[in-house]
Amino acid sequence: MAYPKQFRYTKEHEWVDAKDGNARIGITDYAQHELGDVVFVELPPAGKQLASGKTFGSVESVKAVSDIYAPVSGEVIEANAALQNKPELINTDPHGEGWLVKAKLANPAELNSLMDAAAYDAYIAEKQKEASA
Amino acid sequence: MPVEYPSSGGLMAEHKAVRGGVGLFDVSHMGDIRIHSAKKPGGALEAVQYITMNDASRLAVGQAQYSAMLYPEGTFVDDVIVHRLGEDDYLLVINAGTREKDVNWVRENTRNFDCRVEDLSDAYTQLAIQGPRAVDVLGKLTDAPLDSIKSYWFTHGTVCGLPNTLIARTGYTGEDGFEIYIPSNVNTSEQVWNAVIKAGEELGIVPCGLGARNTLRLECKMALYEHEISDKINVWEAGLDRYCKMEKGEFIGRGALEKARAAGLKRTLVGLEMVDRGIARDGYRCLNEQGEEIGVVTSGSPSPTLCKNIALAYVPPAFSAIGSSVYVEIRSQKCRAQAVATPFYKRQRKAIAG
Repeated sequence: MAYPKQFRYTKEHEWVDAKDGNARIGITDYAQHELGDVVFVELPPAGKQLASGKTFGSVESVKAVSDIYAPVSGEVIEANAALQNKPELINTDPHGEGWLVKAKLANPAELNSLMDAAAYDAYIAEKQKEASA
Repeated sequence: MPVEYPSSGGLMAEHKAVRGGVGLFDVSHMGDIRIHSAKKPGGALEAVQYITMNDASRLAVGQAQYSAMLYPEGTFVDDVIVHRLGEDDYLLVINAGTREKDVNWVRENTRNFDCRVEDLSDAYTQLAIQGPRAVDVLGKLTDAPLDSIKSYWFTHGTVCGLPNTLIARTGYTGEDGFEIYIPSNVNTSEQVWNAVIKAGEELGIVPCGLGARNTLRLECKMALYEHEISDKINVWEAGLDRYCKMEKGEFIGRGALEKARAAGLKRTLVGLEMVDRGIARDGYRCLNEQGEEIGVVTSGSPSPTLCKNIALAYVPPAFSAIGSSVYVEIRSQKCRAQAVATPFYKRQRKAIAG
């Protein structure tokens, strides 16, 4: 799956799709592959503050729990309600229907410290090389 | 053995294949200890009786039983499957993680018996073919009359051209299935693995990993070492009473178990089903309604068959009655669960004709 060009990415495999001071946040295709079948998602309610680098929720597969780290600071506007009943959207459409939260950015400049698609691609390639070495 | 095989479609698909069709596990990491008599026949049986809790004297040649080796405290060295290979010849199949400890334990504690102990762990590759269609898959590869092998019995037959292969109707999934023991050299193992996959193709066989192995055994409340059983947990607490034959005579752990029985249970293994949203995981704390710690989750997972979040936990007996509320602390939240009947899943046995 191609990593959308307009997104920014973290080393913890979250993505941010920012526009006009607001952003959607999710986990990457690589992350959903590593997790396996997602069966449960825990997300913060609207109004909750996100602090860049701090956990704000969790995604669980059958085999494990993974914390989700906020890629940027801000305030949650909406959590993806569809994931309550269809957590598998994270597997089937991680960069689209499987988004986690929408947030109002506190400091849009934080985006500059994240990877673009090309850098994230290179980062993943390195990870996969390590794993198969 | 990987956690899951992406080529199979992952853990959930592997789990469902075993419940509804057939799956193949590479369980060659399991250890194998053979105990057979040296000079005087009967020495091996005496040794096996002394180091395991079930009654091996009840085994016919070709029969196997679930059992365990215990410490003098009545707690677990390991759980084992004891196979009676011959007149005075036994094969103990043990866990991978405890292999070295188990082998040493067997050697030390059988010294006073007239028997030989051999560690055959490296001699065998063990493959588990599991699921309602396992019999159809293995049937294509062997001349052994599989239909005549009952659950927890075994035979020797030719499998994929390998003569004298041990074929046991055992497993760790709660489904019908077989475990076969083949010579461990890489070429042979690969050849048999590939042959089983090919034979099972039309029945949708998939390779299955540790993840599915865990969810399958958890649904059937089968114990996992360092989870439901350990050197801190005794037989009564683990609820394995029916595999422990106190009347058979002396065995390691028996004295402590007698005392423990008289003293009464302080904790017991209970099956939980989450009522609130959330998944109980291994090691999470169990709480009472007031939020006080009362126990611990030993294994917890979503159940792919039941589509519920299930767990096994040690709690005081007062919380073990079906319907009792037990709370599990999940990321600082107190989430309600309730005690349910176990096993969580039990396969439908085929009706006996006539």
